[in-house]
Amino acid sequence: MTNQSYEKYSKKKAKKSPLLKNICFAFLVGGLICTLGQAILNCYLALGIDKERAASLLSITLIFLACLFTGFGLFDRLAKHAGAGTLVPITGFANAMCSPSIDNKAEGYVLGVGAKMFVIAGPVIVYGTLTSILLGIVIYVLSLFGIDIIHLIV
Amino acid sequence: MQYLYAFLIGGALCAIAQIWIDKTAVTPARILVSYVCLGVVLSGVGAYKPLAEFAGAGATVPLTGFGYALAKGVAKGIQEFGFLGIFTGGLQGTAGGITAAMLFSLLAALIFKAKPENL
Repeated sequence: MTNQSYEKYSKKKAKKSPLLKNICFAFLVGGLICTLGQAILNCYLALGIDKERAASLLSITLIFLACLFTGFGLFDRLAKHAGAGTLVPITGFANAMCSPSIDNKAEGYVLGVGAKMFVIAGPVIVYGTLTSILLGIVIYVLSLFGIDIIHLIV
Repeated sequence: MQYLYAFLIGGALCAIAQIWIDKTAVTPARILVSYVCLGVVLSGVGAYKPLAEFAGAGATVPLTGFGYALAKGVAKGIQEFGFLGIFTGGLQGTAGGITAAMLFSLLAALIFKAKPENL
């Protein structure tokens, strides 16, 4: 192997390792958050709460925990290593609302906290809801032709 | 077994996003938006319901699950209110999460001080 080709080779290897590490951390942390979620869900189900309500309570619980961790500055520390592992679960959505709220407190409660809360969450809600409208139109039009796809979704 | 499936599916959804971030330098906000929209689409083609039954929280906790909640909401809304459900269903299905995030974010802003390195 010549010096040049070795340089190329080592560069390729060096670039690859952080990617692999990032993916592993994201997988591990994301998987663990979901496992924790499953444990919380099973607790609610064991209390005799029906599936639908238990799922809502699970979201609310995880959002609460994410905001608490954000407040104590622990979320950012974990997110630094976990990347998408903390971003993709509902905890990432909660952090995206909570973190700018705290950081922009100095700008006041209306244009600081109230407005900055939706800097990232706003687009998520807007485009998510708009996509659900498109799906709704499809469901509605198909139902006019007697095709019911609701049972495939709910 | 349920925990293992939740771990694997949830972890895989995060790992895919991580690859996407590292390969294309996409912003986290775009990932969140894409995942939610993708969740709605996957629900619409009937793929997410079986995934949620299989992986439990592994499918509902990631943001694609938020999309699933939007889709379920809109489907139920149409079942109940017909055309009007297209407008009311989506947010109804996700109301709990969005409201909780607003409340806890406001409370956190009241209680906690901004970290200097975040400013």
